[in-house]
Amino acid sequence: MSALPVLLLAIPLVGSGALFIARGRVGEFAARRLAVLASGGSLAIAVVMAAGFDYGAADRMQFELNAAWAPAVGLRFHLGVDGISLPLVVLTALLSFLCALYSVKIVPESGRVRAMLALLLLLEVGMLGSFVALDLVLFFVFFETVLVPMYFLIADWGDPETRRAAAYKFILYTLLGSAIMLLGLLIIYVQTGTFDMVALAAAGGTGISHSAQVLAFLALLIGFGVKAPMWPLHTWLPDAHTAAPTIGSVLLAGVLLKMGTYGLVRIAVPMVPEGAHEFAPLLGALAVVGILYGSLICLVQRDLKRLIAYSSVGHMGFVLLGIATLTPVGVNGALFANIGHGLITGLLFFLAGAIKDRHHSADMALLGGGLYQRTPRLGALLAFAAVASLGLPGLAGFWGELLTLFGSFDPAGELSRSLFLVLMVLAGLGTLLTAAYLLVMLRRVAMGVSPRRWRDPVLLGDVSAIEWASWTPLVVLIVVAGLWPRLLLGVTDPAVQALFGVFG
Amino acid sequence: MRAYAGLLPAIPFLAAAVGLLFGPRFPRLVAPLAVYATGAALVLSLPIWWLARDGVVVETTRELTPTGAFPITVGTRVDGLAAVVAVMVCAVALAVQVYSTQYLHGDRRYSSYAALVSLFTAAMLTVVLSGDLIVLLIGWEVMGICSYFLIGHYWEQDWVQGAAVKAFVMTKLGDVPFLFGIFVLAADAGSFRIGDVLETAQTGQLEHATLATLLLLGGVVGKSAQFPLHSWLPDAMAGPTPISALIHAATMVAAGMYLVARLYPAFAVATATLAVLGVIAAITMVGSAVAAFAQDDIKRVLAYSTVSQLAYMGGALAVGAVGASMFHLLTHGAFKALLFLCAGAVIHVVGTNSLRALGGLRAAMPITFVTMTLGLAALVGIPPLAGFFSKEAILTAAEHVMAGEPAVEGAPLPAAWVGGLVLVAGLVTVVLTTAYCTRLWLMTFLGSRRAGVVAAVAEESGVAQPSADESAITGSQPAHTGSPAVGAAHDPPPAMSWTLVALAVPTVLLGFFGLSAILLPKWLPGGEAGAGHPALVPGLVTSLISVGAIAAIGWYVYRRWAADPVADLADAFLGRYRAVVEDGFGIDRLYNRLFVRPTYALAHAIQRTDDDVVDASVRGSGTGARALGAVLRRVQTGNVQTYLTGILVGALVVGLSVAAAAR
Repeated sequence: MSALPVLLLAIPLVGSGALFIARGRVGEFAARRLAVLASGGSLAIAVVMAAGFDYGAADRMQFELNAAWAPAVGLRFHLGVDGISLPLVVLTALLSFLCALYSVKIVPESGRVRAMLALLLLLEVGMLGSFVALDLVLFFVFFETVLVPMYFLIADWGDPETRRAAAYKFILYTLLGSAIMLLGLLIIYVQTGTFDMVALAAAGGTGISHSAQVLAFLALLIGFGVKAPMWPLHTWLPDAHTAAPTIGSVLLAGVLLKMGTYGLVRIAVPMVPEGAHEFAPLLGALAVVGILYGSLICLVQRDLKRLIAYSSVGHMGFVLLGIATLTPVGVNGALFANIGHGLITGLLFFLAGAIKDRHHSADMALLGGGLYQRTPRLGALLAFAAVASLGLPGLAGFWGELLTLFGSFDPAGELSRSLFLVLMVLAGLGTLLTAAYLLVMLRRVAMGVSPRRWRDPVLLGDVSAIEWASWTPLVVLIVVAGLWPRLLLGVTDPAVQALFGVFG
Repeated sequence: MRAYAGLLPAIPFLAAAVGLLFGPRFPRLVAPLAVYATGAALVLSLPIWWLARDGVVVETTRELTPTGAFPITVGTRVDGLAAVVAVMVCAVALAVQVYSTQYLHGDRRYSSYAALVSLFTAAMLTVVLSGDLIVLLIGWEVMGICSYFLIGHYWEQDWVQGAAVKAFVMTKLGDVPFLFGIFVLAADAGSFRIGDVLETAQTGQLEHATLATLLLLGGVVGKSAQFPLHSWLPDAMAGPTPISALIHAATMVAAGMYLVARLYPAFAVATATLAVLGVIAAITMVGSAVAAFAQDDIKRVLAYSTVSQLAYMGGALAVGAVGASMFHLLTHGAFKALLFLCAGAVIHVVGTNSLRALGGLRAAMPITFVTMTLGLAALVGIPPLAGFFSKEAILTAAEHVMAGEPAVEGAPLPAAWVGGLVLVAGLVTVVLTTAYCTRLWLMTFLGSRRAGVVAAVAEESGVAQPSADESAITGSQPAHTGSPAVGAAHDPPPAMSWTLVALAVPTVLLGFFGLSAILLPKWLPGGEAGAGHPALVPGLVTSLISVGAIAAIGWYVYRRWAADPVADLADAFLGRYRAVVEDGFGIDRLYNRLFVRPTYALAHAIQRTDDDVVDASVRGSGTGARALGAVLRRVQTGNVQTYLTGILVGALVVGLSVAAAAR
């Protein structure tokens, strides 16, 4: 029994509650400080967990808390982390903290900062909860909790012109996905009589008939596929990302998308493996379509934030392809790409937000180049993030792509090798397109001579202190994860091996 | 010695990191940091070179990370070849760093420039020394991105931007199959380690050798700018000239050929791959030498020349002459770096790249004149300069293969026609090289400044191709094409001219090193024919043919030039075909039509589809749901947000009740 996972969730929850209840009684700056404190406390707990984690036994659940919740239906309040979830927990806590820190100085023009921060903290609870929950119902509750604050963040603090429609689309789409996902979870429950995720994963599909497995996996694939997003269920994403305020985009891309792929690795693949084998070729094919589709659209995209949003479709395609290979290499790659994409795209959205705040537009034609010239540090950071995003070896974007492709080169025994070889080649083409659109983006935004209309030096300050503070951790981690991949793979590999030891 | 080789990439890497982080704040420390770090790497490389003389391979290895299959390791694998190439890389990098202190003096971007050159040096040394293919790939691509940033140094200009993007994307096109080639090798060997791969190849257990090496060849062709992925290199001349010397002549572009040599046991069992390499080399060699003759930009002449000379190395590898190929890599590294730095001196002082605007600089720039003359002579292959020995070693090897005997004892024996092809292409290229070098030399240094032509060039302002007026951007030297008077030309400042003199030494002497086993051949694979007998000695027949051709063609070109020293020899020889040859036979336009435009068309089509079809279906369902919501709203509270919360709670209740029922 460990209190750490509870603390991890309780601190932001209390902070959120305090902000909601306090309303006018807390000054706005006190509210900002409280949000930093609460998310910082949660990050501290996450770091303590990472420090105290027994890396020799990363395949086992640690810091477990298992208490009766609703005994009548066998529900338990069961939390814990293993090598698969620990990196995501730390990433989530970090990004939430950085968003709170960023909001100390920089907030959307809509105001009402207290409410926004309360939602941010509530969002954090939901995200962290999804990654530490070990009971299917609990998982579902946390998973759904995320939607509400994110909906309001987009609808009330987003870009005034597009936020309504985008928020509607987001919530309807993801709720529909959740409903289908719930169906999948229930099929599993009906067949096995338990919601215990550890037991279900250990059973590896024993006791679930083949047809039920296929049906359950399909439902889970659609549910998690909406979140991931998997082509063609992605169309909520560009609108939501583009309309969302900066911190909303950062957390959407940095964490929310990972909940989909995490669900596949944590629930769908281990609990209904026969279904996974049936659908792996389809998943792989859709993943690769997403990679090519996303990168081609990026090539002709005009809006910077939309470009990064579509690039997420491509990058998450790699994660899905890694999972589809059903090999330890591929899943390790998927988990690494999850974290890499979270760091890199988180940074990219911070930068895009900063650019948009300064120019009141993210339209690349309107921005018109010359970012290197007028804000050299911002330009350098954008170049760094773009280069990381194109998967440059030695930075965090590389290992996920590499292992995903390598997994695809040699997929699990039952899968068609020739199909996955084709997928590998197409995904490789995707890496080329990714390099092309990111460098074309840099050419359009960063290189060149700055247009006359941006000559106002007051408006266009270079990177500020608070921006450095919120971005530096991401930059450092992108380099560290790139040069020292063991940091992540050493944690995930034992857990992934165990996952496949069960049914591989 | 064991862990010590790892310091070689580590030192410039640290210098790069420190330079990128603190360079802007301490501008005066930037140059010393870059120069001393590279110097330290050079000093450290010397004992490694010496210890590697006995043909012992020293490996260090540590697991970098598990992958789920076999692990990725980090460590160095030092053999004679790696040691020699490491010394060459450090030496050229040092020369370029010293030269750049002057060349980019006063440039606002010098700090990031110097750091990127250091990072590049670290990446190249990683490629040279790494014992693991994935770590090698890291160095390989980091080199590429450094190349991208350095080509884009003058990013204000549109054509510079295009050149930088093109260089990266085109080489990346080759790197995709390259990565798959690594996968195939690794899967056959059960390891990413070069040592294991080579052992597997030598024991004949590399099942997919031909497939793997063909895929690897993609990356080699891209990196080493061989046909059909060669056209990024001439454009890459948009970067500062010292960069062209280091990255786009001496080191990075040679890395492709080095890689083939390093993995040669795998290529040796894949004769089909060697034949493909031979054909590519022959086409590239001749084609780019012709294109070099038609260029007006002095740097583009040298760039096409680099492509052509790299093809010699490829041809040598195709006929099994690894030692000769790497010998040429070393001599070419020396004389081509020298040539670029000489061209840089001319551009720096005179302020133009355009041959049409040059001429008569012999008297005004004596050091540049002498060193560049030596460099061109070495490039042409005039005995006894370095290029003569290495080129003849290649041609002699090709001659052997054509006659049905291996290049050296123990080398693989490709089909005789491959040898014949490489030999013929090589000899034709000797003729062409003589022609373009003579033209370059005459138009730059002899005659008189083309004052009349200069005005015309200034008016045209880069119709054929843009002329990189670098000094105008750095603001340190004379401004525009044609403005400086001949009398104003002079040799560059000491940091630059001494670098030229220093590089002239190996340009003259390095060839002799091939003649005695203890000097160079024992470091190179296949450099010795039996113990103590160098295998890099020029053969009599090819040498006589080459030297005769050089003399005849040189004389002929000179006569044509002397008849009308003001005219451009390229016009005289090529007539109305000049434009198309100067344009690199229009290959870029072809690629544009075949690949770039269709890709964009597809992208636009998909973007429309995303809006009209994929999203429309979603919007349709969204509208439906909203209509449903509107109905429900009347029965409920009328608040959408409550409604949404209702869905959530409802879903949960349904879930729980189903769960309870199932129990």
